[in-house]
This record gives sequence, structure tokens and C-alpha cells, in this order.
Amino acid sequence: MTFVALRMLTGDRAKFLGILFGITFASLLITQQVSIFIGLMTRTFGFVTDTAQPDIWVMDPKVQFIDDIKPMQDTQLLRVRGVAGVQWAMPLYKGLIQARMENGTFQNCNVIGIDDATLIGGPATMVQGRLEDLRASDSVIVDIVGARTRLAKPAPGAPRDEEGNIPADWPRIPLEVGDTLELNDRRAVVVGFCEVSRTFQSQPVIYTTYGRATQYAPRQRKLLSYVLVKAEPGRDVQNLCRAITEQTGLAAYTGWDFSRKTYMYFMKYTGIPINFGIAVALGFLVGTAIAGQTFYNFTLDNLRHFGALKAMGAGNGRLLGMIVLQSLVVGALGYGLGVGAATLFGVTAARNSELAFRLLPHTLVGTGVAVLLICVLASLLSIVKVIRLEPAIVFKS
Amino acid sequence: MSTAAAQPAPSALPPAGAPIAIRCRGVTKHYGSGDARVVALRGIDLDVACGELMMLVGPSGCGKTTLISVIAGILDRDAGECTVFGDDFAAMSGRARTRYRGRNIGFVFQAFNLIPTLTAAENVAVPLMILGEGRAAAVAKGRDMLARVGLGDRARSLPSQLSGGQQQRVAIARALIHGPRLIVCDEPTSALDHETGHVIMRMLKNVALQQDRALVIVTHDARIFGFADRIARMDDGRVERIERPSATGAESA
Repeated sequence: MTFVALRMLTGDRAKFLGILFGITFASLLITQQVSIFIGLMTRTFGFVTDTAQPDIWVMDPKVQFIDDIKPMQDTQLLRVRGVAGVQWAMPLYKGLIQARMENGTFQNCNVIGIDDATLIGGPATMVQGRLEDLRASDSVIVDIVGARTRLAKPAPGAPRDEEGNIPADWPRIPLEVGDTLELNDRRAVVVGFCEVSRTFQSQPVIYTTYGRATQYAPRQRKLLSYVLVKAEPGRDVQNLCRAITEQTGLAAYTGWDFSRKTYMYFMKYTGIPINFGIAVALGFLVGTAIAGQTFYNFTLDNLRHFGALKAMGAGNGRLLGMIVLQSLVVGALGYGLGVGAATLFGVTAARNSELAFRLLPHTLVGTGVAVLLICVLASLLSIVKVIRLEPAIVFKS
Repeated sequence: MSTAAAQPAPSALPPAGAPIAIRCRGVTKHYGSGDARVVALRGIDLDVACGELMMLVGPSGCGKTTLISVIAGILDRDAGECTVFGDDFAAMSGRARTRYRGRNIGFVFQAFNLIPTLTAAENVAVPLMILGEGRAAAVAKGRDMLARVGLGDRARSLPSQLSGGQQQRVAIARALIHGPRLIVCDEPTSALDHETGHVIMRMLKNVALQQDRALVIVTHDARIFGFADRIARMDDGRVERIERPSATGAESA
């Protein structure tokens, strides 16, 4: 009867496509919205995962997430280095500094200052140039996306007004090695480009040395954002975190815990989860409504045939199996199409834009469960209707 | 073809010595309750012999369809006794009853009830597939059966590509393919023109009716009364009289 069930399902193209559309739409919307949500949330702690060398991040105890900088005195670095079990501890500056563009406008940049001597905390992937080039005078390394977009320079031949500014709509070209930027009235020379995870605010990221970063930064008494710590080999990292906290009064987290703390902050204090949650719920509800209604109508249209099958000896179990099969087939097809479309969207759109899209296996499983639920709900009414169906209906004209 | 002038024959009995296929005694059935209660069958007594074509006739609402539904085991009776080849549906579980229907009863419906997305051969094969036969074998048998009803060349046609008469022949082939012992037909000719109706009835009588098989047909169509061995006239939930077609003045086959 599998054959009969499938032919009944696909025979009426319009209805079949209607059910398929409902499930595809739900699957697409759920996968896409969840993936964008995960992509956005991943960006919140992207800098932590990019900075892979340290085991522990030490910070002011009031810090709530990665960009919530509460500067510390430089002496805290020495205190952390004094904790037993610390193999090394390096300073890290992280702050927003305005870069003046050639056309006269300003662009906020995430400036990262890494240890002058060891360059620990630098970008993991260099696209052009070498990390060691940061040792050159006034040197900075710019993230490649920022260099191509927000920090792009005016194309040659740009006209200038009396103050030397270039029209904002003049075409722009990517920064090149050797170009200069003006960070807080100081000269910065681009010596290379790196790849970084996109940040939540999508600002360009500029790496330089800690000493130079503190010169670019507005004058403050405290400038140390984080202390990056490596535990001695064999040392329990969680225990070392506790030891650092006990001995310095600073907060110390593993990279994983700090990422989680950042992520939880955004979950708790921003409207992002609820907004995406609503979109996902809407996708689920609309998908269920379309698929459910169309599937139920499909069953109603075929009720006479189900009655005839029942009269001819097909039991409730077999008819139920036919409906479940129809539902699962359309669910599997809709799931595949929806997830495929979402993936295609993610791959093409995220490649050439700032779109945050991260498709995880968990999302595929979750969407699969949601689609299965839609299929169950959609077929439930049909199943009840067919089970209650009196085969004598076939004799009613 | 009026039957009003015909004198009621003495209650016609089934052929002497023939085994009884259907035996109903005091069968009652009602629908609804309270003010909405409708009594559909008020104590039906009826015997149908093997090899016999019995027609149930009467005005709308007289209980014909209810009786055929009870006989075919797709509707429960309230009281009385009704056996098909000695088996009582009331004594069977729901599953056993469904299985019994699948093996022993063939159905021909007024509206054909062919699945529109299956070809003629596939529609004919459905009862075999219900009984668990594989698709390829079932459809091959379906093609053979279609040839027996004169539609061998239309095996691949969809119901929508067939005329009403051809669809009913497909339905008859479907009712016969699994070799049922009882065939129940509900108004098999009402959607067909006179000539096609006769072709269908001839086919039912020639192909379906055998010594070990019984045929019960519900009909309003006086033009086909002549095909019956006996006719049970029903009114208000009762069998008023059972006649032989010669006594009804009905058109002869």
C-alpha cells in the first residue's frame, strides 16, 4: 500500500506542492533564522575564540562581556605573573578608537594591543604581511574585511574641497600595505592584513603592539583591558583561575567560560533571542498552519477513497500507516528543500556581505525535529478523521 | 417501467437445495437518538443463496443501503442475526471483520470510487495489495482481470481518461480480482446510460455470478430488474415482499 499512498499524495500536484511549500517554508525559515542567530551570537565572543594561545582571561571582576572593558592598572599584570602555576601572562589592550579617513569622515575601529615582545594575542591568520612586521615603527595590521569596506581608501584622482576632504560618495578601493591611517591624531602604517571573526558591531579590527595601542588610546590612568595567561603544563586551568581570583581579586575565566559569559550577557540583556525566537516560532506556526490545513484538505478530498479502502479490507493501522508515510515523505522533501535553500542562502549571502550565518549540525537536527513535529501535527487531524471514518460512507452518494 | 400494476407474487424462496450465502433474521438498525432517532431497519428477514443475484429495491430511505452495509460488515446491526457464508460479523473483532471483508467481499459503488491517481490496472490491483500481494504481481493480475471485462487495452489509463461505463467495468474488475464469495453493488448502473447499464449488468451476471458466489445489488433502476434472480422490495425498513422478476413486469435481460 506504500505505492498507493505515494501515488495518492503526489497525484494531485497542486495539493502536493501546497503541503510541500508549507513544510519547505517552515524548514527554511527555522534553519535560516536559527543560523543567523547563532552566527550573531558567535560574533559576540569571536575575539575570544580568535585569541587561542592563552588558557585564561583575567579581567576586572565587573566585566560582563568581551566589549565591556573595565581597564585595570598595569601593575595587575605583575600580580598575575606572581601567581603560582602561571607559565606566562601578557597584557592586552582592547578599545574603540576613531580612525580618520582620507575623505574626512571618522570610523570607529576595534584596536587590539598585544604584547610588544612576544606578540601573543595576535591574529591567527595573516592574509598579507607577517605578524612580526608589527615591530616596525607605527605599524598596524588591519582585518581584511575592514580594509576592503569601512576603511577602504578613496580611488585615485579624488577631488578635494578647501579643507582637503574628499566627497563621501567618491569610489573607494581597499587599503594596501604601506597605506597610512590616522588613529586619534597619530599616524599608523598598514603593514599587513589578517583574517578575524566578524565582531558583533562589525567594526574594523586593527592589531598593533600594546605600547603603541596605549598611545593611540585616549589618555587614561588605567589602560590594561585583559591579562592573557598560560597555565604551566599539567596545571588544572580551573584551579588556576580560582587561585588567580583569590590572590589578585581579579576575575579569571577560561576561554570557554569567558565566551559563555559573553554569550549569556547578550542572551539576557538584549532583545536578540526574543526577536529571533519570534521569527522561528512564526516560521513553525505558519509552516504548521499551511502544511496542516493543506494536508487535512488533502485527506478530506481523499476521505471517500480511504472509506473505500477501509470497506475493501484495509484496517485502521494500514490507513494510519499510509497517512504517516505521506506525511513523512512530504516532510522529508520539505525539510531537504528548506535546509538546502537556507544553506544556499547562507553560503551565497554570507560570502559577500556582513551577514552572520552559521549552520551547525545541531540546527539541522533541531529543524528536523521541528519539521517532524509539523508533520505529526499536520497528520494528526487527518489520522483522527480517517480512524473515525465509517466505511459505510462509501455507500452514501 | 412501472411495477405498480404487478401483482405481488407469493414470497419467492431461494433455489431449493442451494447453499445459503446470506441469512438475515430480525435485523434491526437505528441511527441517532432521542428526537433525532431514525429506525432504518425494522426486523429484516432475508436469505440469499449461493449463485443467486438478489436485488434490493425500494424508495429512498427505505433501508436498502443500510441493509447492504450490515450484510457487508461495514455497519453494525442493533439486533437480530445476520450471517455471511455462516460467519457472523458481530462475533468478530474489528480487525477480524476487516480481514474477512478483504478476503470475502467485493464492492461495486455507485460513484465507482476509483483512486484518480492510479491507472485502471493499479486500481483493480488494490484489493490484492490490501491482502499483502506485491505491487508488480498485483498489477499484472489487475491487467488480466481488466482483459476479462473487456478493458485490456485501457490498463494504463487513468480513471479520468475512461468513460462512466469503462470506469464501472474497472470497478467490477476490482471487486472480482481477489475472488470474493459475496459481491455487493450499490446502484451500479445509476450513473450510466441505458445501454451501458445493460452491458454492465450482463457482465456482472456472466463474470461475477458463479455457483459459489452471491451477488446483492441495491438499485432504483427498474430497467435492470430483469437481471435479478429475485427482488426484495423494501419499504420503511422492512422487506415487504420478495419476488421473481417475471412478476414485477420489469424489463428482461
